Amino acid sequence: MLAESLKEQADSMIEALNGDAEGYVVYKDELTLQASPKTLASVLKFLRDNADYAYTILIDITAVDYPERPARFDIVYNLLSITNNARIRVKIGVAEDEIVPSIAGLFSTAGWFEREVWDMYGIPFSGHPDLRRILTDYGFEGHPLRKDFPLTGYVEVRYDEEKKRVVYEPVTLTQDFRRFDFLSPWEGITDIQLPGDEKAVCPPHGWHPASKDPLKNGGDNHGSG
Amino acid sequence: MAQAEQTDTPDVVVAEETQIRPYTMNFGPQHPAAHGVLRLVLELDGEIVERADPHIGLLHRGTEKLIEYKTYVQALPYFDRLDYVAPMNQEHAFALGVEKLLGITPPKRAQYIRVLFAELGRILNHILNITTYALDVGAITPALWGFEEREKAMEFYERVCGARLHANYFRPGGVHQDMPAGLAEDMLEWCETFPKFLADLETLLTDNRIFKQRTVDIGVVTPEQALDWGFTGPMLRASKTPWDLRKSQPYDVYAEMDFDIPIGKTGDCYARYLVRMAEMYESIKIMKQCLEKMPEGNIKMNDYKVSPPPRAEMKTSMEALIHHFKLYTEGYHVPEGETYTAVEAPKGEFGVYLVSDGTNKPYRCRIRAPGFAHLQALDFMSRGHQLADTVAIIGSLDIVFGEIDR
Repeated sequence: MLAESLKEQADSMIEALNGDAEGYVVYKDELTLQASPKTLASVLKFLRDNADYAYTILIDITAVDYPERPARFDIVYNLLSITNNARIRVKIGVAEDEIVPSIAGLFSTAGWFEREVWDMYGIPFSGHPDLRRILTDYGFEGHPLRKDFPLTGYVEVRYDEEKKRVVYEPVTLTQDFRRFDFLSPWEGITDIQLPGDEKAVCPPHGWHPASKDPLKNGGDNHGSG
Repeated sequence: MAQAEQTDTPDVVVAEETQIRPYTMNFGPQHPAAHGVLRLVLELDGEIVERADPHIGLLHRGTEKLIEYKTYVQALPYFDRLDYVAPMNQEHAFALGVEKLLGITPPKRAQYIRVLFAELGRILNHILNITTYALDVGAITPALWGFEEREKAMEFYERVCGARLHANYFRPGGVHQDMPAGLAEDMLEWCETFPKFLADLETLLTDNRIFKQRTVDIGVVTPEQALDWGFTGPMLRASKTPWDLRKSQPYDVYAEMDFDIPIGKTGDCYARYLVRMAEMYESIKIMKQCLEKMPEGNIKMNDYKVSPPPRAEMKTSMEALIHHFKLYTEGYHVPEGETYTAVEAPKGEFGVYLVSDGTNKPYRCRIRAPGFAHLQALDFMSRGHQLADTVAIIGSLDIVFGEIDR
């Protein structure tokens, strides 16, 4: 029900935006518009100022890192309309060296959110009044929320008794950082290859970690015994 | 020489005296009125604030990064450590977000318990805020009285989850354990006596001349400014804007509750105090309704893929034991997708933007803390005010650095 009306709304929005928005997704009753860095400002201005939508509060700006994509980052703008009691997300894809226009002129609250995205992901914003780091330490290097930044970081701090000040040192781990592969299929008892199983059925099958579809894995042939 | 200067250009000497560069002052991070580790760089013209530049991040622990490396079950306790004044409200947002992605609904009793303790959290938060705020502007008694009552509320909190702060109690699919015997009766009793305490507290502050002198017309925010700066919660409501997620986008059993939303008229520090005060009476109303209407039944999903089987069953059932083991090592796999789920936390809209890639760990877990947006507005709110008013404004923002710095 709700999804249907959201789709109708999105269709009319896309039409009114006249090519500025590239498409939309409705998932779990949440509407996401896809835009580009060039059209971002006009899309957000339209959503804010059009009386039918009136998304007057910018709730949040954040980014998601997909290192394998050509447009590596998704920047996500969450908007809220208190007159229509509706939410919308606007997403833009950004390549690593691309500059995004700041929307601090449209929504004052964007200032700190953009600073945080710059701090955490290293995405620069043009026209931002005060683009400094915000959460990390003074003099910090790197952008911690990028997927290629290690969880442990590169430096650690301690107080040096001789120098009488806090010093930075490369991080040392007494135990290597471990990431366990949990992608074993818990649901599929049928997928487990016990010794001798390979003799039972003819089609070549086995455990494919990427696929959770029982049919692809030869599934039912074994029964669940 | 000096005489010549004086006679030649007397007006220049005067101009030099008046052209004092703004005095830059460092406030915090170790200052009792900074409510945590806020470092504020203030540019002052005499006593008047010209610019306030909050330096945050001194409590940054990389919560969002850590959660990317934890299963959904392991990620939950991090939410207690955000706004440590009302931990369960944060857990609520994460639990609802994961439930939305999994497509599950917890049993009714669990929803009632959650709403009950979310409201208790609101009271815990507002008592702390109002009393320490009063302390900042010079009143000590509210803090002494308030903390005694807050301790009683903390006791209920402790009895239900076993911890004073890090509850880890609201889980995706319900709550961790049922309320112990007798807790509901004790809470109901407390709900009867607590409004009396609030009335006493109000006699100390609401009509207090000094308190009003320090807060009325200080840090006024118009409704337009409140929207522009992304205000939510009591901060937005104090600026004449009726908006509460519990009413407009009800989650769990809030839709079945009968309560009002207090709205402030003036948008100043005093209005924010009044809104929080009135909200506590409403919270008591909700808590009473929860306790009276609470049905019997399960407190978590019966699905062992999401919530652990009972201990007794594990002693006899192999399946249950396996489920328990898998749940606490591998966790559950959440279907691919993304959601932004928000709750009305005591401080405002607390949201979780979850991106799942179909594995047992979140691909991205963005935490939207209300205090972050509120603290940003400190600059424009304190401009043109006295230095001491900045302290009153910080108090009325209700900031906790656990959630701002994450």
